[in-house]
Amino acid sequence: MNFSVVTTQFWSLVLQGLALGLIYALVSLGYTMVYGVLRLINFANSEVFMVGTFATLYIEINILGYAATSPSLHGAKLIWTLLLVFIGSMIACALLAMLVELVAYRRLRARGANRLASLISAIGVSIFLLEGMRILTISRPMTTPRLLDKWSFGQFHGANFRIDTMMAIVVPIIIFVVLDRFVTKSRLGKSIRAVSMSEENSKLMGININRVITLTFCIGGLTTGAAAFLYTTVYENTIFNVGFNMGIAAFTAAVLGGIGNLRGAFYGGIALGMLEQFASAMLGSQWKAVTVFTVLVVVLLFKPNGLFGEAVQQTRT
Amino acid sequence: MANLTSFNLRDKGAEIWAGWSRPVRTVFVISFIVLIGLLPFAASWGPTSFLNTPITSFQNVLVYPVGMFILMALGLNIVVGKSGLLDLGYVAFFAIGAYTQGIFSTLYGWNTWEIMPFGIAFAMLAGVILGLPALRLRGDYLAIITLGFGEIIRIVAINLSVTGGPNGIPGITNPPSFLGLHFDLMHPETYFWLVLVMILLVVWMVRRFTVRRPGRAWEAIRQDEDVAALMGVNTLIYKLWSFVIGAAVGGAAGVLYASKVAVISPDMFKFDVSILILACVVFGGIGNIWGVIMGAGILAYLPERIRFISEARQLVFGAVLILMMNLRPDGLLPRKKREKITEKRSM
Repeated sequence: MNFSVVTTQFWSLVLQGLALGLIYALVSLGYTMVYGVLRLINFANSEVFMVGTFATLYIEINILGYAATSPSLHGAKLIWTLLLVFIGSMIACALLAMLVELVAYRRLRARGANRLASLISAIGVSIFLLEGMRILTISRPMTTPRLLDKWSFGQFHGANFRIDTMMAIVVPIIIFVVLDRFVTKSRLGKSIRAVSMSEENSKLMGININRVITLTFCIGGLTTGAAAFLYTTVYENTIFNVGFNMGIAAFTAAVLGGIGNLRGAFYGGIALGMLEQFASAMLGSQWKAVTVFTVLVVVLLFKPNGLFGEAVQQTRT
Repeated sequence: MANLTSFNLRDKGAEIWAGWSRPVRTVFVISFIVLIGLLPFAASWGPTSFLNTPITSFQNVLVYPVGMFILMALGLNIVVGKSGLLDLGYVAFFAIGAYTQGIFSTLYGWNTWEIMPFGIAFAMLAGVILGLPALRLRGDYLAIITLGFGEIIRIVAINLSVTGGPNGIPGITNPPSFLGLHFDLMHPETYFWLVLVMILLVVWMVRRFTVRRPGRAWEAIRQDEDVAALMGVNTLIYKLWSFVIGAAVGGAAGVLYASKVAVISPDMFKFDVSILILACVVFGGIGNIWGVIMGAGILAYLPERIRFISEARQLVFGAVLILMMNLRPDGLLPRKKREKITEKRSM
């Protein structure tokens, strides 16, 4: 136990926790959106994230031609390069997520199969992607080029406002605001909410269920791709099994906030990120996961639907 | 294709079984068990030598993974198949059993037969400790909590000194000889018979439970928990029982496993194992003992048999899972039709 860390590094831990937590929140959307509509755990989402990190790497190195030792970029070139990689990663993940839906869920859903059956087929997809990437990369960790020079805006009580940390905080917040507007206001968003309330009735109202489900997978893929880009920009490396811990953390975040609930995923992610940072500072990083799960159990005991509730009945606002 | 996907071997088998008289059944069961018992020698007998596995010898493969997976899948089937609770951390109980064997045999020099009851008891205790809070929650939260529990057990094993940290515990003793049968590296077939006896015990236990009060309560809970509670079934107690009995089977498998491999380390008890066991249950046919045994047998044996494509082994495994679930979503041998019709309504 080391309580002095909390007082000396408080702001630094908060900042790091926020950055990590918002990345979790983005990935957890891949679980929560799908869960809201299908009531299924989208097991393959962790590997979608993994593929996203490699897509980022691939675009930077093989398409744009930067090497791991390339000097960092500046000015307009930096902005459009990062934007290109960002969008590329998002599109790659969205396509993959839609493919996962097609392969692992659609046929089973059409036959009205047991929900565990789709769970297993999703696990199959996840094993397939994981092993495929392991063989392609020969189990080696890969380093991405440092395109973004990590300069700092300044310090505040030991918290270092580095550009990549700030980016990992600002970008998810923008995405969440846009997505929240989309789900509450737009026609497509409303149809997602309708399907999550009652599939039967939305069918009667003329909503194309398959399209809505593909759309939710697509949105989940987009946000997971954004998270993968931010993750690789901050940590600058990736490995074939990077998705596993991220997937568990993101799923925990989704449950913590109330699975199926968009805003719940946001706050759940932040809460989880903070918790992990403070727990590893106080107890040592090896006990991080234990603390997180203990807190999760305690929270679920008192609030069985997560911190912000499932909000299945009253729209997902 | 339609014939392949809708054909229900289980119902066909039940029909034939119902047509037999008692002596015919007894003879069939005994000869079937003897045949299975002879399996370890199949690899060295001409006509069946195609079963032989490269790298690990066939007899060892029969014990682990095949036998162990069948045992664990049967245990998990009580939880997932009978009472419909999604447990994603089943490996935790396996680990508890294995570490009980590891610690007691190296520290206190007990033998496996003495440790077995303790391994089972500790696993059951862990089941109660985890189950009491977790089983009050709805299905999917149970999934994440059990998943977390599985990870916690592994992390604790990595970080404690009594469990040997990341290196694990070496030098675990084999069980002493019993009825003239020796249990050591030279005799994998005796281990297989031991596992076979345990599997038969578990099958017998599950069949007894299924036709009695707990089985009916589990069935009711699986179909609709609210209705079950309204009909006066104490749902928490029966869910806890199924969880704890499943844990006991996992613990027993763990004790046996540790005594067989002699060295255990935390990375043997990863999340993958839980997922693999769950895949065995669903692949074979949730809730149906014979389906589960078949599913676990195939999923455990297949990766060993195709080791010659070693790199792509798991890749093929993933593809098989996807393909199988798409072709036969109810598993190889689905549960009885009668049970399925009622289940549909609650889905």
